[in-house]
Amino acid sequence: MSSSLLVQVTSLARRSTLRTMRQPAVVVSAILFPMMFFAINAYGLDAAASLPGFPADSYLDFAFAFPLIQAALFGAITAGADLARDIESGFFDRLSLTPMRPSALLLGMLAGVVALGLLQGVVFLAVGLLFGVDIKSGVAGMVVIVLLTVLVALGFGGIGAMLALRTGSVEAVESAFPLFFVSIFMSSINLPRDLIEADWFRWVATANPISYLVEGIRSLVITGWDAQALLLGFGFAFGIVALSIAGASAFLQTRVAR
Amino acid sequence: MVGGARGGGFFAVALAVAGRQVYKYFANPAFLAPALFPLFFFVAFAGGLTRVGDVPGFDYAAGYVAFQYVWALLQAVAMGGAFTGFSIAGDFENGFARRLMLAASNRQGIILGYTIASLVRATLTGALVTVIALLTGMPMSGGFDLFGLIGLAILVNVAATLFGAGVAMLLRTQQAGPVIRTPIFLVLFLAPVFVPLNLLSGWLEAIARLNPFTTILDAARGLLAGAPTNVLPAYAIGAALVAVFALWAVYALRRAEKTGA
Repeated sequence: MSSSLLVQVTSLARRSTLRTMRQPAVVVSAILFPMMFFAINAYGLDAAASLPGFPADSYLDFAFAFPLIQAALFGAITAGADLARDIESGFFDRLSLTPMRPSALLLGMLAGVVALGLLQGVVFLAVGLLFGVDIKSGVAGMVVIVLLTVLVALGFGGIGAMLALRTGSVEAVESAFPLFFVSIFMSSINLPRDLIEADWFRWVATANPISYLVEGIRSLVITGWDAQALLLGFGFAFGIVALSIAGASAFLQTRVAR
Repeated sequence: MVGGARGGGFFAVALAVAGRQVYKYFANPAFLAPALFPLFFFVAFAGGLTRVGDVPGFDYAAGYVAFQYVWALLQAVAMGGAFTGFSIAGDFENGFARRLMLAASNRQGIILGYTIASLVRATLTGALVTVIALLTGMPMSGGFDLFGLIGLAILVNVAATLFGAGVAMLLRTQQAGPVIRTPIFLVLFLAPVFVPLNLLSGWLEAIARLNPFTTILDAARGLLAGAPTNVLPAYAIGAALVAVFALWAVYALRRAEKTGA
């Protein structure tokens, strides 16, 4: 990355991060809602830990991946909507008239997503430990959990950017929220795949990449160091990042050419 | 005309408002939006968590799919009420409500009109959730008790609509959305969603015991399974919620009148 692009990305990343942080409602809901769902799920499904073959001692530990994945989703929608707002408000067009490269806008926005993902990862880890979550992989595992969370946030952020650049509409980006939300629930987020009784649901969960992201994070909490789960988790996370950023770059080129 | 107390005016206004709202729903397929989240949750919970029905102490006779269906149905009708609140807020923001209040011979009829329209919407979204549940193999063993379940669903819808209408008339902006949606969402989730009350633990059990919606949910599940329990307390709670939120909506309407909205 050339030094001028780096400067451009840095200033736009700063703008993106500040814009998010200046909306307390966005930050609070990005932190509060995933924690609320985590708390409700963890205590509401506590009895599921007594099912034969359940892989964790407590449902609290098992459910800990939930807020991290859900938070990444919230971050992606927020960032995608912000980018779409820049397009709707004409900021993107004005930027195109300056020497600043449009790719800086995309990279700056993604840097903002990474910053929010990092904040969410650290906050959830701290709150999870306070709640009594026992992380079997120890301190090193906590670092890897935050790393994987940031990667997931970046991947989802890339999808948010794709939607924003393709449609240029805040409403279109925000209406994708239910789809994202459903895809989280249609995974192994609530029960391990081998304990899902309905065949069709197990197939959907197996085909859903989110299951592997969840299982990667979860393995660090309930198992310790599980090479296969981590390989799959990081593999899918890198895959989503690569595909979504490639897609967003392609849509960016199209939009700039218009 | 303004503030007239004639019954004819009251019902004429109510029917006119209801007619317009129902027309708006059918002119826009988004009217089914309140059913989307309950359907998603129903498919995800009933499909993915069926084994939870095998947990020792889980003794709901109609099975896990039916257990989740009742919650999804009540969620659909409650969210239908919340979405009606969003419509009212939209009407205030675009100026329609101001013209409506100037023209209405009895303004309390406006509240009834929105409530009737919300019931029409809830009937459709509730039917949609029910069809999906039946397609996924949910048994219906309640017989005539099912009318009791429908009655509870109506009370939940009316209570949620009146709550949403009150908030919308008080704030008169679409930014009131989270203020309407969040409390309803919390009440729905801070209840025995995944397992019966006796299998909940910790703080969630304590809150669920205090949550009036828990009694309604338990009674509704009992009615579906053909084993009614706590039906009278559930109806009493439902009726009390409707009465309290009706007063709340009327108070908010008066405030809107005073500000010249």
